[in-house]
Amino acid sequence: MKIKVVDSQRCVGCQLCMFACSRRNGIGGLSNSCIGVKSAGGMSKGFTVVVCRSCTNPPCARACPLDALEKRPEGGVRLRPERCIGCGACRAACILKAVFWNEETQKPLICVHCGTCVKYCPHGVLELEKTEVRS
Amino acid sequence: MTHAYPTKVLYIDLTKKSFYIAERPEIFARSLGGTGAAIKLLQETCPVGVAPCAPEAPIVFSVGPLTGLFPLASKTVAMFKSPLTGNLGESHAGGRAAQAIRMAGFGAIVITGASDLPVCVAIHGSKVYFRDATSLWGMRSLFTAGSIIRAAEPGAGVRSIMRIGRGGENLVSFGSVTTETYRHFGRLGLGAVFGSKKIKAVIVSGERSILVEDKKKYRDLYDHIFKAAVESPAMKKYHDLGTAGNVKTMQALGAVPTRNLREGRFEHADSLSGEALAKGYLGRRLACAHCPVACIHIAAVREPYENEPYFYKTTMVGYDWELIYALGTVLGIGDPEGMLLLIDAVEKAGLDAISTGVCLAWATEAMERGLISEKETNGLHLAWGDWRTYLTAVEHLVTLANDFYRTLARGSAYAASIYGGAEFALSFGGNEMPGYPAGPASYLGFLLGTRHSHLDNAGYSLDQTLLKEGKRLSAPHIVDELIKEEMWRQVLTSLCICLFARGIYTPEVVRETLAVAGYEFSDEDIRAIGREIYREKYAFKIAHGFNLDTLRPPDRIYDMPTANGPFDRAFIEEGLRYAKERITAIVS
Repeated sequence: MKIKVVDSQRCVGCQLCMFACSRRNGIGGLSNSCIGVKSAGGMSKGFTVVVCRSCTNPPCARACPLDALEKRPEGGVRLRPERCIGCGACRAACILKAVFWNEETQKPLICVHCGTCVKYCPHGVLELEKTEVRS
Repeated sequence: MTHAYPTKVLYIDLTKKSFYIAERPEIFARSLGGTGAAIKLLQETCPVGVAPCAPEAPIVFSVGPLTGLFPLASKTVAMFKSPLTGNLGESHAGGRAAQAIRMAGFGAIVITGASDLPVCVAIHGSKVYFRDATSLWGMRSLFTAGSIIRAAEPGAGVRSIMRIGRGGENLVSFGSVTTETYRHFGRLGLGAVFGSKKIKAVIVSGERSILVEDKKKYRDLYDHIFKAAVESPAMKKYHDLGTAGNVKTMQALGAVPTRNLREGRFEHADSLSGEALAKGYLGRRLACAHCPVACIHIAAVREPYENEPYFYKTTMVGYDWELIYALGTVLGIGDPEGMLLLIDAVEKAGLDAISTGVCLAWATEAMERGLISEKETNGLHLAWGDWRTYLTAVEHLVTLANDFYRTLARGSAYAASIYGGAEFALSFGGNEMPGYPAGPASYLGFLLGTRHSHLDNAGYSLDQTLLKEGKRLSAPHIVDELIKEEMWRQVLTSLCICLFARGIYTPEVVRETLAVAGYEFSDEDIRAIGREIYREKYAFKIAHGFNLDTLRPPDRIYDMPTANGPFDRAFIEEGLRYAKERITAIVS
């Protein structure tokens, strides 16, 4: 499965997706969110939705010096927090800026493409797409 | 039990350019947050007798225990001493301010003192930075200032930028504070208080987590509220057309304030209706953070450049019913494009739209009646519907072009005290009228509300209900209803819930959300908190000069028939006499 931004023009900037992502673990607030919505240069210009594209050859994983990011067969990565020292190399490697950062734990926030954000977007911006396992 | 309510208050002293963070859990434990926390902090920090724009006068921002936890708890409450009325200033804004303050780790921010040079106060998490804003001061468009700050500050996506324009800088009594381009602490002059402290902007950002004890209950309750919000017909109305959808309702009621409330129906209402504006101009919808509704409607206005063929500029202008009233119907403006351009000018100047429109409506009628002439207006002939001339008048007003505009910048009641015409200055307790004059309950509500909004005591909805049921109530009975409703709504505004969502946050839902946040309150405990906050606000108002004995509506309201039938001066006066008894008993 993969989160897809289907129409960012429909985004109203409510950030419900961000709150939903944080709430996956029953936590309120925003420190845990793997999706970001920001204005595209002021509210009048609409919004940019930033979320992991689940790359098949993920630069974040290549940049990690400690193999804390494991490639998923269907694309994207999984974080092995016990190996991560919070160096931030993965964040720097992602040109989309889709590796978010938990300021409280000082570790990256990696999207697992679970689709919770999609469920809470009432405006048709996001979709959960089936992906085939690529070998 | 762990609690999930905020405990920290950030205190900023602009004179010393210093700050400290205090643990004040008792405030949020007893008064919830929002309105309740703000009035406590205002009482602690605002000396009686202080001038609203004196350095000692504080600005309080507060959020609530549901902020960042539940949807629709999207408001920030600001409290201050109002430069317009001289007593309690309370203004609420949406946008991202509430989430940003909570996510930075605070329940409230208290700002005192005054800077010697213009500053932007940047609050990122627990750090506060004072940035030199000299180069932003006096900038013509608030939009430009906003985009410069956006580029200079971190926290994109999770920040709020609360800023003022020339209105606040020049201490216009109804200068506003804008947040996220299209939301405002619009009413009662917070912008002027910012200006007096030389604050160009307050930037807040943060990304915290909020831990709750019962995660399952939290998620279930969240889903219940979310579902109610996306499925409710009221919310759909706000999403589709926004409050502009009210144009048709108000026209049917005969409650469209037209040409300074000389009439209640506007012949061009159809061209300003929510439907017409959406069809012709709607360019984007926006939402406040953590609100699925997206009631903010932005029009795209395409204007040709006069001397260059095939060259246009596109301006994005936020509109809603109150703006259509204040910068449209009350000025007799029926041309939607003219109205939108006037809204844009007022927005860029950083003025409160309602006070600006009502002041200009008073000036237009004063000119018609010969109380003022072109000598006063700097050569402008103000006439109903002439939006081009009003554009110039707004510029004169925000730049305080002469004695007349300096006077008008202190509000319509003050201007009428100098030039005459108090009987048609649409001012209630020194504040210009909101756009919901549906009958006697609305008017009593404007006079007696502890804030400025028709939404706080629901006079307007009471008028509508009475009309629907074909009932009439005595003035004292109306007053009782207004006070009762306002006491309950203090609970909602202390939780910083948008009042559009009041139907979703029923007493039961409020109790349950509070339980998730760690409060063990019964329904009666919660209502008692509302009553206490109402008492504290009135006590503050009275201590700071609000006087129920001198409170009078403008005579104009007695001339305009309302859908709820005629009512006279004696009716309103009876209501006010009774209100005085009740409020005196509540406060003492």
